[in-house]
Amino acid sequence: MWKFLLPIAAFLGLVVLFVFGLNPNRDIRALPSPLIGKPAPAFNLTDVLDPSRSVNNTALQGQVYVFNAWGTWCVACREEQEALLQIAQQRVVPIIGLDFNDDRNKAQRWLKQLGNPYTAVAFDPEERTAIDWGIYGAPETFLVDGKGRIIFKFISPLTLEVWQKEFLPRIEAARRSGA
Amino acid sequence: MKYAMLILLTLLLCDGAARALDANGQLEDPALEARYEDITKQLRCLVCQNESIADSNVQLAEDLRRQVREMLLAHQSDAAIFDFMTARYGEFVRFNTPLETKTLWIWGSPFVLLLVGAVIVVRVARARSRMPIDDDSSPPSAEAPPGSASGSR
Repeated sequence: MWKFLLPIAAFLGLVVLFVFGLNPNRDIRALPSPLIGKPAPAFNLTDVLDPSRSVNNTALQGQVYVFNAWGTWCVACREEQEALLQIAQQRVVPIIGLDFNDDRNKAQRWLKQLGNPYTAVAFDPEERTAIDWGIYGAPETFLVDGKGRIIFKFISPLTLEVWQKEFLPRIEAARRSGA
Repeated sequence: MKYAMLILLTLLLCDGAARALDANGQLEDPALEARYEDITKQLRCLVCQNESIADSNVQLAEDLRRQVREMLLAHQSDAAIFDFMTARYGEFVRFNTPLETKTLWIWGSPFVLLLVGAVIVVRVARARSRMPIDDDSSPPSAEAPPGSASGSR
């Protein structure tokens, strides 16, 4: 009996493996972040537009916010900018930017030309805060809850569809649970 | 005189800090440099995922190498450096999978497969040894006509 079942079981095993392994919709470069559910790494950087002002996450304590990593060297970020501007207009949560590995002048020009969706942009030329957040590319977008924990991470350019499907329900849930 | 000493001391201290790296950008201490090379070869560059941060030229790899160098100069252990990286980038950042309870199946599966193979080999060998040895037991006889079965083996 098991001589017949064994090849069938092996075949089904392969089918499952291929469905998951060869799925063209799966982004194999998108890695799960070990920081989900953990406190957001502390940072204290200068504002990209005004070096005398500081941007840090202690000031954001108690509110849900979006943390979006970008740079003027990042082509996909240019693509994302339009969606970010529309999201900012909805005024649901503050959007904090992290401009890393970048040049301050270039970043200022970028924000002037393409528009500024950010509540504030932290300037991280040495990529130290980016490393603390486990960022390995751009754009990457995090969602932080009121208790200062990272609850979601999205790798690739944000779209309104992703915003509605992945971000808004989580923001609401976080607010409802008082976090 | 007091000031001169102070200036001299400051210069010496500055020199010490600057000389942690030599002209080639390597760590002055050969033991630290050896550890640096060993560690950076074991960390995956997440931008070009089949390269180590020792091999990769991208900015992230460069910044992670700087991180490793700084941690070595701050007398941190290899384990602390690997922990720093996995806490931020996940287990995937390590090329060498550590032996832990959750990685047991990765380390154990070759031995399980080896065992399965051994069981199959033993069973096949036993089955064969039980077969009657009939082929070459009877020596070809002189009376056999040419081309008959007995001489074909």
